Amino acid sequence: MTLPETLRAAFVIARRDFAATVFSKTFLLFLLGPLFPVAMGVMFGGIGNRIDAARTPPQVAVIAPLADFRALAAARERLSPLADERPFLVLRHAPPEPDLARQRAALLNDRETERVGVFDGGLARPHFTGAVAADGRIVRQMAMFVDEARRGPTTAARPGATIKVTLAETSSGSLAFARQLVARGGQMILFILTILLAGMLLSQLIEEKSNKVIEILAAAVPIDAIFLGKLFAMLAMSLIGILVWTAAGAAAIAYFAGGGLGALPPPAVGWPAFVALILLYFTMSYLLIGGLFLGIGAQASTVREVQTLSMPVTMMQVVIFGAASLAVGKPESREAIGAAIFPLSSPFAMIARAAEEDIIWPHVLALGWQALWVAVILKLAAAIFRRSVLKSGPAWRWPWQRRKSA
Amino acid sequence: MGERAIAAEAHGLVKEFDGQRAVDGVSLTVPAGSISGILGPNGAGKTTTIRMMLGIIEPTSGTRVLLGRERPLEAAREVGYLPEERGLYPSMPAAEAIAFMGALRGLPIAAGRRRALELLDGRGHSDWAKRPIRTLSKGMAQTVQLLGTIVHRPKLIVLDEPFSGLDALNQEKLEQLIRDQAAAGTTVIFSTHVIAHAERLCERVAIIAQGKVAFEGGVDEARDRLRPIVHLRTRAEDGPWRTALPASAQCIAGEWRFELPEGGPEPLLKALLDGNAGIETLSIERPGLHDAFIAIAGAAAAREMGHGSIAEDEAA
Repeated sequence: MTLPETLRAAFVIARRDFAATVFSKTFLLFLLGPLFPVAMGVMFGGIGNRIDAARTPPQVAVIAPLADFRALAAARERLSPLADERPFLVLRHAPPEPDLARQRAALLNDRETERVGVFDGGLARPHFTGAVAADGRIVRQMAMFVDEARRGPTTAARPGATIKVTLAETSSGSLAFARQLVARGGQMILFILTILLAGMLLSQLIEEKSNKVIEILAAAVPIDAIFLGKLFAMLAMSLIGILVWTAAGAAAIAYFAGGGLGALPPPAVGWPAFVALILLYFTMSYLLIGGLFLGIGAQASTVREVQTLSMPVTMMQVVIFGAASLAVGKPESREAIGAAIFPLSSPFAMIARAAEEDIIWPHVLALGWQALWVAVILKLAAAIFRRSVLKSGPAWRWPWQRRKSA
Repeated sequence: MGERAIAAEAHGLVKEFDGQRAVDGVSLTVPAGSISGILGPNGAGKTTTIRMMLGIIEPTSGTRVLLGRERPLEAAREVGYLPEERGLYPSMPAAEAIAFMGALRGLPIAAGRRRALELLDGRGHSDWAKRPIRTLSKGMAQTVQLLGTIVHRPKLIVLDEPFSGLDALNQEKLEQLIRDQAAAGTTVIFSTHVIAHAERLCERVAIIAQGKVAFEGGVDEARDRLRPIVHLRTRAEDGPWRTALPASAQCIAGEWRFELPEGGPEPLLKALLDGNAGIETLSIERPGLHDAFIAIAGAAAAREMGHGSIAEDEAA
């Protein structure tokens, strides 16, 4: 069979598959599906913000004479510039009562205010009673306040040393870090799209096998053309999906964030080339992994078998993704080169490289290399299908079986 | 046959599945423009032979030539094939399914759609055109698939058990379609385990049993392989005339049935008259293809297996 004839046949198969998928009611669900989590995210994001706003820092009641309390409060105040996004404990004064134990218990059991503990004993014999955070943070903070209070404001008036600050827009450290973020983001996009979309190829031949159309196809066109056609039909369908989701995503970003993407540092190759490479590498990753799935799925004879296969196959994708993500941040390392050469992880590794390095020629090379492997995988899948499913040609045997039958 | 071109040929086709020999050295010759039948009981290897000849599967050994090409798929545009296990996409409209089958074999989709409507119209089925296959009955779907088999006007049509699943009326229509195609110069090969169809339609038959070709040649040739059958009723139950009957003669409900002996009817008649058998009825009948089939396939099977004959009742 000549190549043009194979391509023509593949086109006939692809056209049928594409039309059967895209002109069905379920395709609308397919398009809307990925938008649900986004909508949920927006909704829950809003709720989350409100919960965060309602959350107040933990409180500790301080049973101490007013002077001691003031010393502690002043110490807390002096240290507060060091607090991170989680603010320091809030200290509340409780004047000492004759029965300390009862007062402590009353304060701890008071349900009106959320109190994590009670502090007494003053600066001389500090004692904390109450819930302790797992990381020991509350007690550490109290200890810090006590230390600082003991030193007292007398040691120095601490206005804070004046440091002259020169602002630089980016430093090499921050740029490399930001590009790693873009690299990981690019890999993540590729990974999520591939894992969402390539899995469908597992079941692509089940229909033909169960309704016997495979016999008509196999009698008329080469198996290679069937595989090629099916793969490209699903790719075309996926690209339509991606187009719709990207448009929806862009609209959402424009609406909610108002140029939020502008805040991201440009990848090494620049945004237009990076976006083009994401599309190209998605196509390659889809064809490579999808081709493999198509071949694996073609061996299954029932929907049940396909369902059983889908989990290990997803795990395989996670492993590939994991291997490729190891290489982020060190594009010249052995891992990075290895991940770029291994065909299945190559698209992931290369998109990360595009974010971190601005040389274009490795991408041309990688795309060619990946395309070669798409052809190899398809040829192999078709050959195995002919052998094991159609039982064509001499049966494949293990070496010991060969000896027995000879 | 003479100088007629050869449409399809097989030489020593062998196919093993998991060590089991399904087809064991089948050789066939199909002259162009003929209607040829592949006859055999279920499981004899007919479908496997057809699938090898069409290039769906590769033989374990042996060669085949389809319309002059050693790689059958290269002739795909000129071949139409109706598989034994019919299959169409259930959600495809009938006309689209016909056009799709044509497109697979190189017919442009637009031409395929046009011809599909013509074919359906010509049979008074224009209302099927837009109906999805799943809404059609089994017989209707089979008709659609048959039209898809011929939509690209192939030079060679291969039909695997085309009559199974059709009612008498549709079987008659199919026979007519096969005759029309042959009259237009198309070569038709079909397999069947129903001898009556082969007898009515075929110029040539190949009888396959136990994966081997037990007979290949003209239908008349096959019938001539069997000696005529004598049916005889006599008044006398026994007598010296009995020696004229062959040892294999069987008496069923007072009627003797046996193959006409080598000497022909005259010595038999003389012996009957001389022996005072008292002939009530006597008929000598030329065997049909059915008898020939049982004799040929049964004998071959018996030779190979060393016991018994085929149990299949082939009468339509």
